[in-house]
Amino acid sequence: MNLIRIYGLFLRHFYLITRSFPRILDLIYWPTIQITLWGFISNFFATYSTYYNNAVGIILTCAILYDFLFRTSIGFNMLFLEEIWSRNFTNLFISPMRISEIITSLVGTALIRALIGLVPAIFLTSPLFGISILNLGISLFFLFLSLYIFGITLGILVSAGLLRYGPSFENIAWSTMFLIAPFGCVYYPIDILPNVFQKIAYCMPLVYVFEEARAILINQTVNIENIYKAFIINFIYLTIAISLFYYSFNQARKKGTLINIGE
Amino acid sequence: MTYLVEVTNLKKNYSSKEAVKGISFNIKENEILGLLGPNGSGKTTTIGMLLGLLKPSAGEIKINKMSFENNRIEILEKINFISPYIELPKKLTVKQNLTVYGKLYNIKKLKDRIEYLTEKLRLHDLLNRITGELSSGQKNRASLAKALINKPSVLLLDEPTASLDPEIGDFVRTFLEEYKHENKISILLASHNMNEVSRLCKSVLMMKNGEIIDKGTPLSLINKHGRANLEEVFLKLSRNENEFN
Repeated sequence: MNLIRIYGLFLRHFYLITRSFPRILDLIYWPTIQITLWGFISNFFATYSTYYNNAVGIILTCAILYDFLFRTSIGFNMLFLEEIWSRNFTNLFISPMRISEIITSLVGTALIRALIGLVPAIFLTSPLFGISILNLGISLFFLFLSLYIFGITLGILVSAGLLRYGPSFENIAWSTMFLIAPFGCVYYPIDILPNVFQKIAYCMPLVYVFEEARAILINQTVNIENIYKAFIINFIYLTIAISLFYYSFNQARKKGTLINIGE
Repeated sequence: MTYLVEVTNLKKNYSSKEAVKGISFNIKENEILGLLGPNGSGKTTTIGMLLGLLKPSAGEIKINKMSFENNRIEILEKINFISPYIELPKKLTVKQNLTVYGKLYNIKKLKDRIEYLTEKLRLHDLLNRITGELSSGQKNRASLAKALINKPSVLLLDEPTASLDPEIGDFVRTFLEEYKHENKISILLASHNMNEVSRLCKSVLMMKNGEIIDKGTPLSLINKHGRANLEEVFLKLSRNENEFN
C-alpha cells in the first residue's frame, strides 16, 4: 500500500470539508440535535423509570454510541457517493490506486468525519445533563472501536452495492442503519425482542456492545466476553465486506458499471 | 518499430450484445491515432478497456509490453485520460485538484510539475479558483493539466475540444501537438471533429458496430473513398452498411 496515495484521497475530502462551512455545520448539527434530544429523554426516564433510575444517562450513553456507529457508516457511504455526485468516479478509478488503498483512505476519513460531529456533542452532555460517557472507563475505547469497525463494515457493504448496481443503490445506502437498528438493542435489553429476533440480534456485534454498555453503567461490571464476541463477529463481517467489495469491483468491470457510474 | 500500445483481438460482450468484436491495432511512440465512428460504434467501450474500467471478454491489451490485466496498477501510473463527460471535483480549487491527483499518482516534485503545467496551460489566474465556477474552456485546461500530471506515456482523449470555442479549441490542439513533440507520448484521440482529426492524427481507425472497418492516414482514406475530406469519408462509412462486406 502506498501511503501517499492514501493521503491524496484523504486530502480530496479534507479540502472538500474545510472549504465549506455548511458541510462542517452539517457534520456537527445532527449529532448535537440527536444527543440533546436523547439527553432530555434520558433525564425523563431516569426520573420516572425504576429500571433506569440507578444509572442516569444509560440512554444518552447508548445514543452517543449508536450515533458514532451511524456517523461512521453514513460517513463512509457519503465519501463514496461524493465521487459519484461530482462525476469524479472515473478519474478515481483510472488512477493507480489499489482497492485496498481506496478502502484504507475512506476508512480513515470516515473516522475523522464522525469525530468532527461527535466530539462537540459529547462535550455538551456534561454541562447540559451532568453525564459523562467516560464513566464507561477503559471499556469505552473497545466499545467505540467495535462500533467503528461495524460502521465501516456496513459502509463497505453499501459501497460494494453502489459499485455493482450503480447509483440506483443509493437509497439502500441511507436505509441500512434503520434496517439493523431494531436488532441492535440500542435502547432496550435483548430480552425485549421476540425469540426469532433475538437469534438475529445475536448474529450482530451491536447487541454485545450495547448490552455491555448497560451492564457497566447499571451493575458496574465489565464482561470481557461481550467485547470478545463483538470483535469476533466484527472480524467475520469485515472480511466478508472487503471480499464483497473486491468481487463487486471485478463484476463492475465485467458489466460496465464503472463507466456508467462515471458519466 | 516500437509500439507503446498493442491491442490484439479485443472483444467485449455484454449479456445481449457484442460491443467490440475482436479489434486489433497498435499505437507507436510519439504517434496520435484517431479513433472515429458513429455513436454506439464501440469507441467508448474500447477506451474503457484501455483504461481498465472494463474487463475485456477476450483479447489482450499491452502497454509498454506489459499485459494490462496482469499489471493494472503499474500501467495506470503511466496513462491518463480526458473527457468532457468526466469532471474534476467541483468544490475544490484547481490547485487543490492538481495536488490531490498529484498525490494519487504519487508524483515526485509535485510542486514543480504543477508549476510546469500552470505555465504551459496558462493556468496562473485559475489556480486558486473553484473548479466548478470556471468556464468550459478553463475547465478543459484544468482537466488537461490533471491528465498530464503524471507525465503519461499514453494519453487517451475523448472529444477533448467538444463544447470549446474555436480559439480555445485551437489552443488545445496546438498544445497537444507541442506536448507530444516534446514528450514523445502516444495519444489515442476519439473525436467527432474531423478537422481536428485531420490536423492531429497521422493515422485513423474507423469503427462501426464494434469493428474496425477501415484504417489509414487521413489523406489515404480521402483518396481511397474518393471524397473531398475526412468528414465525407466518415459519413460514407457510417451510412453504407455493405461498403466493406
